[in-house]
Amino acid sequence: MQALFSQLVAGLSLGSILLLAALGLALTFGQMGVINMAHGEFIMAGAYTAFVVQGVVADAGISLLLAIPLGFLVGGLMGLILEATLIRRMYHRPLDTLLVTWGVSLILQQAARDVFGAPNVDVRAPTWLSGSINIGITQVPAARLFILLLAAAAVVGLSLVLKATPLGRRIRGVVQNRDLAETVGISTRSTDRLTFFIGSGLAGIAGVALTLLGSTGPTLGTSYIVDAFLVVVAGGIGQIKGAVIAAFGLGLLQATFEYSTTASIAKVMVFVVIVVFLQIRPQGIFSVRTRSLA
Amino acid sequence: MSARRTRKRLLSGVAVLMVAGLVSAGCGSRVGASGPGGSSASSCVDTSGNSVKIGFLNSLSGTMAISEKTVHDSLLLAADQINSSGGVLGKQLQVISEDGASEPTIFAEKAGKLISSDCVAAVFGGWTSASRKAMLPVFEGANSLLFYPVQYEGLEASPNIFYTGATTNQQIVPALEYLKQKGVKSLFLVGSDYVFPRTANKEIKAYANANGIDIKGEEYAPLGYTDFSTIVNKVKAAGANAVFNTLNGDSNVAFFKEYRNAGLTPAAMPVISVSIAEEEVSGIGLDNVLGQLTAWNYYQTINSPKNAAFVQAFKAKYGQNRVTSDPMEAAYTSLFLWKVMVERAKSFKTADVRKAADGVSFDAPEGTVTVNGANHHIAKTALIGKVGPDALIHTEWSSGAPIQPDPFLKNYDWAKSLTG
Repeated sequence: MQALFSQLVAGLSLGSILLLAALGLALTFGQMGVINMAHGEFIMAGAYTAFVVQGVVADAGISLLLAIPLGFLVGGLMGLILEATLIRRMYHRPLDTLLVTWGVSLILQQAARDVFGAPNVDVRAPTWLSGSINIGITQVPAARLFILLLAAAAVVGLSLVLKATPLGRRIRGVVQNRDLAETVGISTRSTDRLTFFIGSGLAGIAGVALTLLGSTGPTLGTSYIVDAFLVVVAGGIGQIKGAVIAAFGLGLLQATFEYSTTASIAKVMVFVVIVVFLQIRPQGIFSVRTRSLA
Repeated sequence: MSARRTRKRLLSGVAVLMVAGLVSAGCGSRVGASGPGGSSASSCVDTSGNSVKIGFLNSLSGTMAISEKTVHDSLLLAADQINSSGGVLGKQLQVISEDGASEPTIFAEKAGKLISSDCVAAVFGGWTSASRKAMLPVFEGANSLLFYPVQYEGLEASPNIFYTGATTNQQIVPALEYLKQKGVKSLFLVGSDYVFPRTANKEIKAYANANGIDIKGEEYAPLGYTDFSTIVNKVKAAGANAVFNTLNGDSNVAFFKEYRNAGLTPAAMPVISVSIAEEEVSGIGLDNVLGQLTAWNYYQTINSPKNAAFVQAFKAKYGQNRVTSDPMEAAYTSLFLWKVMVERAKSFKTADVRKAADGVSFDAPEGTVTVNGANHHIAKTALIGKVGPDALIHTEWSSGAPIQPDPFLKNYDWAKSLTG
């Protein structure tokens, strides 16, 4: 019974990490259709932001809280630059975008290696986030609970922006029908830029959060990029709720399989489940119905 | 283009990317074919002038650069020191550095280039077993020499390779003996999913079986795996006396953070690791590994004039915040061992050097090491260490004397089943 709850927690926690890593991608890949391989490096940039902030503000708790908005800004600005210089020239050319952004991701990795050195750096966790919290039948590591809450906050925040702000309405309008949106006077250029800024910024937040669990090094992003794409594809392109359900579904599946088999086998089984699922439902869990002709 | 086709193209793009990821992951274990060294045994090493070329082959880019750059640094230090004290046989060493780029096939290719187009007298480097296995046919084909400085899984003895890191009976077996002495009755094995941990764990299980130690569980994580909550849950539920850790690289960071967050402590359930050295402690975070155990043959804290000089010279060249570790020391030592071999042979030729190798010894920072001419490994003292609050590793237990290398574990009854 206790094992069941521990694994439930492990699965939810893994799901929240996947969600945080994939949420920005759900926006840039899902809504805009840009395959951004450098998304993982925006996560890495967020992690290094946490490291740099900790170098300035010694207190681990305050520096973490400061690093979250700063990570968003750093990731977002990097995304903005990438969008303005390269990606905007390649809308409607997804395979070219894939190769170009992959090249950018390699450049960013080597840049991190040159700036911060090849070895991993250590970002200290605040004392209130090390150790576990008892919740009745099982214990939850505090850092994982924090990430779960952060992921929830990010989803709520993003949904509010998309649903209740003029910007969100413009984004949804552009996604549903770019031509019509342009016709009614929405500047699709600036909407694209802002969407990309928010999506990349979310990757930065994910990076800050991941320093609590794993290593902070130049290749941090590569560990998450494939899983993040899996979440978005399985969830259904163009839907935030799809990404949420897919992330927690995959997290729980991985944790369940891993408990009964091994980590390597579990990964294979998750892949198999996704492949089979996409055979039955190629559009993912949810899909946007549009009248778009493009 | 219809919306449906756009989607299909997007999805096929993602498929391409995933296949690319899988292929590049698979490369880690691929053994390269022999490089351009070919099978010609004639050497083109030029010893007529007052200098001689040697090759350093380490990953200066890619995922292994983290570790291999440090080895490269200490090799350069050794070359500097040898050159300023008169060189080898009166000839200055001319170093040619190549980047193995963390890819076994590139290691094989660059080894071939160093041997046949740069005509180096010997090559120093390599880290992963996959890179060594890829280079082995190149060195055997060209009859050239490789000095390999990292602890590994044993079960190999090439006439063209000198192994200056530990083999299993100098690292893993002493670690098990230490744990047994400490009264450990049950172990949990955690490792990365590739050749070294799987082979090491086979040996650990054979030892445990013969010594009444209960193996409570055995878990492998894919290389670069970052979520250890399930594995740590399993470790916690199994309740062994200690954990034997053969994880490699970044996974260690995630594992130790999770271990500590789950409330497991070195006092209650110590973790003994064979891939965490001084260099890794700061990356994992001192708080996460404080008090945990390691098994090596060298620590920066070794108290000897020879080591003090090595550490001081290293810090003077590369900065006061740098640390020295076991593979760095083994690489540094390998260059000096080669120098003694060459000077004893009075020749740079592979056959002469090999003949002169048996019994060559050197007062290394780790203590006196001696080359075993039969299997090309070196006798080393095993040291169990504990991570201290100064982020350095302090010796807890020592085998006392150097242990003769036994890469095929021939002298251990319990290992009979392994080697057949």
